[in-house]
Amino acid sequence: MGQDQIRNFSIIAHIDHGKSTLADRILQLTDSVSEREMRDQLLDSMELERERGITIKAQAVRVRWKGHELNLIDTPGHVDFTYEVSRSLQACEGALLVVDAAQGIEAQTLANAYLAIENNLEIIPILNKIDLPQADPDAVATEVADLLGGDPAEVIRISAKTGQGVEEVLDAIVERIPAPAGDPDGPPRALIFDSSYDQYRGVVAFVRVVDGSFSTRDRVRTMATRTEFEAEELGFMAPARTPTGRLEAGEVGYVITGLKDVSRLRVGDTLTLQDRPAAEPLPGYKDVKPMVFAGLFPTDSDDYPELRDALEKLKLNDGALFYEPETSQALGFGFRCGFLGLLHMEIVRERLEREFDLDLLVTAPNVAYRVKPPHGDWVEVHTPSDMPNEYEQVEEPYIHASIIVPKEYVGTVMELNNDRRGRFDHMEYLSEERVHLTYELPLAEVVLDYYDQLKSRTRGYASFDYDLAGFRPGTLVRVDVLVGGEPVDALSLVIHRGNAYDRGKLLVEKLRQEIPRQMFDVPIQAAIGSRIIARETVKARRKDVLAKCYGGDITRKRKLLEKQKKGKKRMKQVGGVEVPQEAFLAVLNLNEDKK
Amino acid sequence: MTGAVRHLYVHLPFCASRCGYCDFVTVLGREGEHGPYVAALLAELELQRGLLAPRLETVFLGGGTPTLTEPAALSRLLESLPPAAEVTVEANPETVTPALAEALLAGGVTRVSLGAQTFQPELLAVLERRATPDDVTRAFHTLREAGFDNLSLDLIYGIPGQSRADLEADLDSALALDPEHLSCYELEAKPGTRFTHAHGAELERQAEAMEDYFERVVDRLTGAGYRWYETANFCRAGERDLRSRHNLAYWLGRDYLGLGVGAVSTVAGVRWRTTPRLAAYLGALGRGEPPPRELEPLDVEVRRRERLMLGLRLDEPLALDSVEEAIDRSALERLERLGLTVNDGATLALTRRGRFLGGAVTAELLA
Repeated sequence: MGQDQIRNFSIIAHIDHGKSTLADRILQLTDSVSEREMRDQLLDSMELERERGITIKAQAVRVRWKGHELNLIDTPGHVDFTYEVSRSLQACEGALLVVDAAQGIEAQTLANAYLAIENNLEIIPILNKIDLPQADPDAVATEVADLLGGDPAEVIRISAKTGQGVEEVLDAIVERIPAPAGDPDGPPRALIFDSSYDQYRGVVAFVRVVDGSFSTRDRVRTMATRTEFEAEELGFMAPARTPTGRLEAGEVGYVITGLKDVSRLRVGDTLTLQDRPAAEPLPGYKDVKPMVFAGLFPTDSDDYPELRDALEKLKLNDGALFYEPETSQALGFGFRCGFLGLLHMEIVRERLEREFDLDLLVTAPNVAYRVKPPHGDWVEVHTPSDMPNEYEQVEEPYIHASIIVPKEYVGTVMELNNDRRGRFDHMEYLSEERVHLTYELPLAEVVLDYYDQLKSRTRGYASFDYDLAGFRPGTLVRVDVLVGGEPVDALSLVIHRGNAYDRGKLLVEKLRQEIPRQMFDVPIQAAIGSRIIARETVKARRKDVLAKCYGGDITRKRKLLEKQKKGKKRMKQVGGVEVPQEAFLAVLNLNEDKK
Repeated sequence: MTGAVRHLYVHLPFCASRCGYCDFVTVLGREGEHGPYVAALLAELELQRGLLAPRLETVFLGGGTPTLTEPAALSRLLESLPPAAEVTVEANPETVTPALAEALLAGGVTRVSLGAQTFQPELLAVLERRATPDDVTRAFHTLREAGFDNLSLDLIYGIPGQSRADLEADLDSALALDPEHLSCYELEAKPGTRFTHAHGAELERQAEAMEDYFERVVDRLTGAGYRWYETANFCRAGERDLRSRHNLAYWLGRDYLGLGVGAVSTVAGVRWRTTPRLAAYLGALGRGEPPPRELEPLDVEVRRRERLMLGLRLDEPLALDSVEEAIDRSALERLERLGLTVNDGATLALTRRGRFLGGAVTAELLA
């Protein structure tokens, strides 16, 4: 089939605005899945994805419509995966922008729409859920048309649930989205927009061929990472893998690589042939680095090998996950893990607990810092306790935050952002009621509880999205916590100097409440270097006896003591002080208490 | 056939009313059952006599309210029990009369433990005790005048609503009676009891304010010349050893035989508890059979742990060789550094502060 018969498109939408339902309807209308095979929301295959209503791993499905080959490239639906979204969009010529006719545009819709515009995609605006009683299609159509600079009449009105209007969408894809325009005879280039791991066949790459063609048995090379392999099988998803032997310019499909390590095949990289290499890779490849880090420790230290094996397995399917062994004096053996963002962290943690049945202690997350020690070279620091006390310069990651709120919450959002060291960037009215605010914020101020705070202060009305803005110089200090005079590495934190006293004070207060009274006074101190900035004391217990013990209840009393002993063993010992595991999470809730 | 057990406990479950905080095996009213119950006790004694040494050191009649037992039945019991050097009976103040005192003396009782608990009327009401403060004083004098020279008072502290002044007043009143022995317990609000349901929240509110009551009790009593010989027990210091010999047997890990409903025995590494159900108990013994019981074999490790737990309640050092294997050495070193234990290589003892934290120290020490 020639390129002019091919249409490659994505669907972009805010969570719950109906992306997956529309995808399902498209598969049904094009007879790609029988009724019997039909599972609602077929594209979201992982259990966790289905539960959370989000798509984590992109996939691509080929369908046929009125003599055309349509490739639907799914995109991950969350802020942590902005880079992956942008690569999926780069593989397309057009995008369906789905907006809930009752909810209107959300921050995520905007972020993805801007990504699509940046990638020069033809955007087909769609209002979904027009059958809902609370839908306001005219107002939302105007909002969407204003955003895209078009006519409200061009906005297609559908109900993905009932199927109303979906054929019109398919026709619009054929009519409005341009055909691919690569060079079918040039040196082959294909964009990797996703990958997965098949336990029998190794790494599977999902690609969009831009120029030339690839065939089974071709010797293939990735242009950025220079990984080489033989294409064991080529084909497309319909939605099951369908081998074709050949993928040509304009087509979307998969390549079975036989590689055993998913990290050798990076999303955004370009495939070419070893014996006919392209001169230039496709633009836009970035080496995505984890920006959010946390320590993962097994609650029971005997589970360490299980945790290691589980991380190894997860990593096979998640090239963005980073981990390295970490030893904490307080928590024992575990791993320092790096994530793209908070949701990514949450997903990894849940998968470890659910799929691998592990009981984990996850330390408070922190961001990556770039530090230039005196007379030394820049280093990246992933653990607060590794932050040197003395440095020439330190940099922390910032984000561009995009927030949409009803106008009455603008003040409270601005106040929150000021508290979080935000720099105001821009404000505009999307409609009479809704305002779009953009800010620059240190990522560190966002990772702990920013989103919860934003939601609770705006009664859930705010929507939020961000992308990384890069590293900026900061005025940061490491605050250590000493329990019983001994530093507890897992409790160290890096914060803005201006907040150090307040946060240090809150932290030791919180710890005083979390640490049970012992047989001796336990001082809890916060310190910057050797300077103590806050101090509390857990007073020693004055009595702890079993009131009476006679012949009739020796057994019961003995069991009480044995139970008490067991309880002690479960606590982490820090310098002879029993610290319950909850205490290590104290830092997570500091801001909540302040309000 | 004779055995080696030299300590006998006899349980008399009958009470006039049940105190909210109590979790002993008790039976309300049923005066008509006192006679048959004593008969059953004596039948059980016959069945078990083989375990007892020819000469007993101690007999202890506990309850319930032993002194509520119908007088003829109580006298018959006392007459039939084997003689012992120390025979203790627990008494509730409101049951003590000159006649009862005479009967106890005649039955060979050498020591009476009087359940005073507190001298404050409103606190007695909280505990659901029937006696008045005057009953306590009167009962004490009655026993003294009858000739008892070894009297013990039970006190409870940490009662909901008990102020510091209330505690001092209780200690004043108790010391004024000059008893040979005092048992002072912190009120234990056991989960699930009616009492905890009614007063648990109040107790939690007061926990901090009452935190030093224990220390205060120990200070006052030792200041008045009493020896703090066990976590919750005090005896007048002097030439006469006024410690409770019977209870000392428990704390030293000796074997003991218990008779009656719910009574516990520990003999030769086996512990058993007789059924707490009165009907089952009377029924079995009526047929000449031993009553149903629950067995708990105590292996050597459990016995060592108990030895440690009980031994550390006393003011005399514990021989290390008997408990060494039950001890976590690193915990011992830690506790030593904290000034809670003293270990001279042969014996282990708690310091004064260690004794106030005895439960936690023991839990820490257990290997």
